[in-house]
Amino acid sequence: MPEIAAPAIIKPRRPNIIARMFRALRLPMNDPFAVAGLLIYLVFIVVAVFADQIATHDPTEILYTPAYDLAADLRPGQDGFIMGTTSLGRDIFSQLVYGSRSALLIGITAAFMVALIGSVIGLVAGYFGRWVDAILMRLADIAFGIPFLPFVIVLAAFLRPSIWNVVIAMALVLWRDTARVIRSQVLTLRTRGYVEAARVAGSSDFKIILRHIAPNILPLSFLYGSIAIGWAILTEASISFLGFGDPDSISWGYMLQDAFASQALAKQAYYWFVPPGICIILVVSAGFFITRGYENILFPKLSR
Amino acid sequence: MNMITKKPDVLVSVFDAKLHYAVGGAFAAMRGKSTVVKAVDGVSFDIRRGESVGLLGESGCGKTSMGRLLLKLEEKTGGTIHFDGEEVGAVRGSRLKKFRSKAQLIFQNPFDAINPRFTIRQTLAEPLENADIPKREREGRIITALELVKLPEPAQFLDRYPHHLSGGQLQRVVMARALILQPEFVVADEPVSMLDVSVRAGVLNVFRDVRDRLGLTAIYISHDLALVRYVCERTIVMYLGRIMEDGPTEDIVREPLHPYTKALVAAVPVPNPDQSHDPLPIGRGAPDPRNPPSGCVFRDRCPAAHARCAAEIPQPKPVGTRTVACHLY
Repeated sequence: MPEIAAPAIIKPRRPNIIARMFRALRLPMNDPFAVAGLLIYLVFIVVAVFADQIATHDPTEILYTPAYDLAADLRPGQDGFIMGTTSLGRDIFSQLVYGSRSALLIGITAAFMVALIGSVIGLVAGYFGRWVDAILMRLADIAFGIPFLPFVIVLAAFLRPSIWNVVIAMALVLWRDTARVIRSQVLTLRTRGYVEAARVAGSSDFKIILRHIAPNILPLSFLYGSIAIGWAILTEASISFLGFGDPDSISWGYMLQDAFASQALAKQAYYWFVPPGICIILVVSAGFFITRGYENILFPKLSR
Repeated sequence: MNMITKKPDVLVSVFDAKLHYAVGGAFAAMRGKSTVVKAVDGVSFDIRRGESVGLLGESGCGKTSMGRLLLKLEEKTGGTIHFDGEEVGAVRGSRLKKFRSKAQLIFQNPFDAINPRFTIRQTLAEPLENADIPKREREGRIITALELVKLPEPAQFLDRYPHHLSGGQLQRVVMARALILQPEFVVADEPVSMLDVSVRAGVLNVFRDVRDRLGLTAIYISHDLALVRYVCERTIVMYLGRIMEDGPTEDIVREPLHPYTKALVAAVPVPNPDQSHDPLPIGRGAPDPRNPPSGCVFRDRCPAAHARCAAEIPQPKPVGTRTVACHLY
């Protein structure tokens, strides 16, 4: 019997680790919108990573023209400033480049927190049921009752103004949607025969959750994660625009607030506030494009 | 071979087992409107080592619930269940791990019982991992188990996924998984009901063969008297959570005593078009399990029901080789 078995068994069939991790992410590569979204992310990630090389100036430095005047309100191209300068004499292009850094930092950490916390709570509540479920879902009810934007503002008032307030607030409040949806998915998964089969085979609850249930809800976690990226960037922009942001860190929301306070519209300085607006729209809609792809993975019958 | 008093060769001993579900939720309970579904209600029987017992009954009679109770997949709400002298309800921790390796379940639906994301190798390795079988022994045991269930050339299946296999092959994998830890006791829950008729016989023969070869104690749950007769020497007939009749299969088939068993035997199709055939002369479907009749649960469908049946729950009485729960005896 081992003679037959040997060739098939010994053959190591492990693709390399990067390929496996890539597959574990289950990136939706079939949907053209999702691919476009992924490309947009790729561009912004590259810009954020190489911001030091791409930016022409320090985004917070007050700059002067070669004639030693304050470089305020310069038009694009004037004196070598690619996209002009702000009323305080800062380089808009460099601010835009560095803004992608904080946007992605906030977006990805917030999405990670929301997806992780929401998935764990949803898995535990759905799998164990009974009082565990009751307690966690009443907590979710409370989280649903918290108005999000005022909560972030109050949080910023208690803590030091920082871009991380948005991440903390999202982690504290926005896990609720992910947890609810994942819980309901787990409720149907745990009645599947193979979950019971695993129990009969002697697997522990932890093992069953990790090996039999979690892989099935992973696309849902990613779906809610990619929605959360857009949410986080929008929230940070709103908070900064309202003036509760961190004045020392450059973000697209901060740029909009600065432009607004400096009456950029009256000066017809469209080059100042339109690019950060477009960047926000691009990143947020890229997130939604990707969710479309995950939706097709999750609910294949939806696509015509 | 009737109800055997407790002797060391009894492997499974069930006394007055109950599984009651409250339906209706908290608000119904507050208004006093919650009802209790008695999936299993006061069932007692013993199974000797090496015995094969058929658990027979129509859908909703509690036969699957009974099987799940025996394997601690459901917590009973009353009575005792002893496995090898140990109370099943109290088994926890490392003893539960041991229990899981000794008592196994063969699932009804092989398409659902194997995780579609797992290869056959991963599926079969799971119980071995849980039983702390060293890695180098696993491969050999997987192959042996697959050979035991007569899956030809088992090595070629190891890296396949369940959707590459046919129903009959999958059910053999399900069986191999149940047998891979060499259990003493196996509950087979309608193992062929999801399969094509053409492959049923093969799977059933494998089951019978393996059971005899390993000397397994087995419970075969089915609604099909013909299948039970083919596999089991003893049959327990259940109806609405209670045992109606319990005895040697051949006796039950030849001369059913309980009116319900009589109806079941009469319902078996006869392969002769000229012979008159009256299926289930008991009319109507089973009553609402939330609201079963008083006294004998079968009385509202029973052609022989009389006044006593409504007043008194019939207790199991020994009649010849069997026990019957009916006021007629």
